[in-house]
Amino acid sequence: MSKFKIEPNRFKAIVIGGSAGSFQGITKILSSLPADFQLPIIMCLHRLKHVRHGFVEALSIKSSKPVEEPYDKEGIKKGKVYLAPANYHLGVELGNTFAMGTDDMVNNSRPSIDITLETCAYNYKNKLIGILLSGANRDGAMGMKKIKDRGGLTIVQSPEECMIDTMPKSAMALCEIDHILKVEDIILFLKEVHKAYS
Amino acid sequence: MQEIDIADLRKLSEEVKTIYGYDFTNYAMSSFKRRIKRILDLYKFPSVTVLLKKIKEDRIFFEEFISEITVNVTEMFRDPSFWREVRDNVIPTILLNHKNISIWHAGCSSGEEVYSMAILLEEMGLRDKAKIIATDLDKSILERAKSGVYSLKNMELNEKNYIRFEGKRSLKDYYKEVNGRAQMDQRLVDNVSFREHDLVNGMVFNKFDLILCRNVMIYFNQNLQNNVLKKLHESMFKYGYLIIGSKESLIWCEISNKFIVVNNEEKIYKKIKD
Repeated sequence: MSKFKIEPNRFKAIVIGGSAGSFQGITKILSSLPADFQLPIIMCLHRLKHVRHGFVEALSIKSSKPVEEPYDKEGIKKGKVYLAPANYHLGVELGNTFAMGTDDMVNNSRPSIDITLETCAYNYKNKLIGILLSGANRDGAMGMKKIKDRGGLTIVQSPEECMIDTMPKSAMALCEIDHILKVEDIILFLKEVHKAYS
Repeated sequence: MQEIDIADLRKLSEEVKTIYGYDFTNYAMSSFKRRIKRILDLYKFPSVTVLLKKIKEDRIFFEEFISEITVNVTEMFRDPSFWREVRDNVIPTILLNHKNISIWHAGCSSGEEVYSMAILLEEMGLRDKAKIIATDLDKSILERAKSGVYSLKNMELNEKNYIRFEGKRSLKDYYKEVNGRAQMDQRLVDNVSFREHDLVNGMVFNKFDLILCRNVMIYFNQNLQNNVLKKLHESMFKYGYLIIGSKESLIWCEISNKFIVVNNEEKIYKKIKD
């Protein structure tokens, strides 16, 4: 019996935020994904603003599925893994398409995790899983709250495992977190989500 | 604060359109909502309804609203590899067939891109061959573009971009410090005409060899992007170039078949059909 019970087809999408110290965790998650994992995964990870290349390739190499930086107005498809590009905010529109923004930095960040999380919460409502990993600032906390407010499920990487725990702790202080998990357990959780998807 | 209701945003854009003629009804919702949220925070309005009331009563405030609603975050030589491509390929190719070169900066914002282009042309010795029009819908941002005054902090980033662009000189050669700000050399823009123009409602007013419209259409929905692209297409000579932002694409547009991609990485398109 697994420790996670997930209703069949409860979820439509997964959004993951991370910053300093999250690279290892994210690559572990991506490398453990079943190759036929169906839910779209949308990732917003803090990254160097002026380096357009390299990051998505580095993640792809370690991932069981290719990672893509989407274009503005691109439709979000099942089974894909997306990464917010450098120096753009990545949002999701009603109608399930991506929307880029070059507007002001939020929490000193562009891409900002709050923006990706909030727009996902708005679009996917209670069918969204939000995961926040290691990081050194508060970006993402408000976004996690929005996910919770709209009935989605919230997970943070357990602070004791995080290289820098400011990010998950800020989210924990701001809203209810459904699961506080080590990366290993996040992977188990996602495998259960996969099984519950038909 | 309460979540902003999309119905309230629709009402606001409809009324702004009726009263002032600016049409935001087909702006991309996620970023439009973010801009409105920003204005509510900035002016401490408790709701969209209060903001709308103020807009209706106060024309001067409406001008401020226009400035705040449009996104004016930009850099000189943003994406240096793109600017190298313009210098090394786009402009030389245009000059194979044309004696002069006409350029439109559509949505020029605070003008960083206009000065980047002027510097690029200056270093190619081509500035006197260029006729440049820079437009924006926001009057006050056009004034800033014209004045060419930027914060020194931004100039540090601009300088870094310029170095990666591999310019011939130092960016410092093109501005001087005045009262703790950077004042761009005004001779750079003596062949630039700055004009108020709204891509959404505005008419086609000229034809160009090169249009830069980078990270402007990301704020429009697909319908509006289709309409604006038609206008841009009409404003281009056949075999002219259209350049959009690095994470934009024309492939979902109705008339995308009238363009070919010249450089996918830098999003440089060429018009191939009238």
